[in-house]
Amino acid sequence: MTMGTVYALFGAAIAVILSGMGSAFGVGVAGQAASGVVTEDPSKFAKVLILQLLPGTQGIYGLLVAFIALSKVGLLSGQPAELSVATGLMVLASCLPIAVVGLVSGRHQGKTAVSAIGIVAKKPDQFGKAMLFPAMVETYAILALLVSILAVNNIPV
Amino acid sequence: MAKNYVYAIARVRSLELNLFTKTVLEQLIAEKDYESAIGFLHDHGWGNPEESNESADKLLTVEEEKTWADIREMVPDMSAFEVLLIPDLYHNLKAAIKTVVSGDAGANVFIKDTNPSGEKMVELIKAGDFSQLPKDMQECASEAFESFSHTMDGQICDIIIDKAALSAILAAGEDAEDGLLKEYAERYVAIADIRIALRASLTHKSTDFMKRAMVPTKTVSIERLMQTALQGVEEILRYLGETEYAGIADVYDKGQAAFECWCDNLIMETIKPQKYNSFTIGALVAYVLARLNEIKTVRIILSGKLNQLPESDIRERLREMYV
Repeated sequence: MTMGTVYALFGAAIAVILSGMGSAFGVGVAGQAASGVVTEDPSKFAKVLILQLLPGTQGIYGLLVAFIALSKVGLLSGQPAELSVATGLMVLASCLPIAVVGLVSGRHQGKTAVSAIGIVAKKPDQFGKAMLFPAMVETYAILALLVSILAVNNIPV
Repeated sequence: MAKNYVYAIARVRSLELNLFTKTVLEQLIAEKDYESAIGFLHDHGWGNPEESNESADKLLTVEEEKTWADIREMVPDMSAFEVLLIPDLYHNLKAAIKTVVSGDAGANVFIKDTNPSGEKMVELIKAGDFSQLPKDMQECASEAFESFSHTMDGQICDIIIDKAALSAILAAGEDAEDGLLKEYAERYVAIADIRIALRASLTHKSTDFMKRAMVPTKTVSIERLMQTALQGVEEILRYLGETEYAGIADVYDKGQAAFECWCDNLIMETIKPQKYNSFTIGALVAYVLARLNEIKTVRIILSGKLNQLPESDIRERLREMYV
């Protein structure tokens, strides 16, 4: 195993770790708000559950990028490629967009979901509009995901 | 680390749906008499509907207790609500001193759920052990007790304790992390100072009397209030025109009810932005204040019904609602 492979593995790890942290915070904080609403009105469970789940996607995106990176360097098949340091660093750099944006957007989407749950608590008929606000944050996680996937896929190994 | 109120605020958002709107209050006013108004409140889940002939006082006390019980369930550390609880605590101190000195333990003179309780304060005052009272209270309790036991002048006793309560509210507001609590404490004390100045002016009280009762704030100068109070109400209103309480000048001529209404509405205006706050204690404080304002408004309506006041007179006294 070369130093390049270690860098690539590190890239995959931080993609999962940072985006997972962002999602864990987002889903956690939205879950607290959802619990508060359901305590008073259990009929709103389904609506607030959907809002709670929105910040969970960043963790999935991080996992996806990590899978692609691991697959690219042969770690999934059990035959790791002999990567140069430069190639390993390129894989690491490719994982950074979803890692960093996943962390930040997951936290912010969680907070926006909390406010959206507040809308559903008072005006359940406005659920569609309420869902749009946290969904807007998702845009930036998707952009980061696209860049990470495109970059990892196009690194010559 | 900042405290987390996300769960509690989400619960409060659901509870806010039960707050009375102006339309519901109009329906309550339209009830034909006091009994049907009580029935209307029972139908809306107020008080204890199973209890027949429930008095307005009891019904409203139950509602106040429900509000605090909800908040205690959601927020384990109630220290942030100290600003709102101080008036009850100092009310109990007044009642405890008067109970000890007069030896007359009147029924229901204490407000429940204070720490220490009114009964405990009576024990401590009887034993002369003021050191067991909260720190802010010790000096004023001792002074008020000495004064009342020697002069039996309830007004001086009240002034000493009321001033200490205002100082405690202001200090608690300054120590609070949340901007709403700071603003609420400042406005509460400033309005109290204005009330004192207006009453002192009407009853021709001296500067010394006002000095004993007023607490300095950032938004009104008590020196200017005292100075203008000696010249008359018009001068006080002219001075207030230079402050953020300028609106008082417009309502003061309409009578005491309109003035009290304006003061309560100012607090409602202060808390209204909290409807859009999902993260800080301010949203919970705003809910409690909104509930207390709602209960006060219902009390005014029930009192109007009991005394068979015309609907227009009751309507004049209606406070702005939070929702």
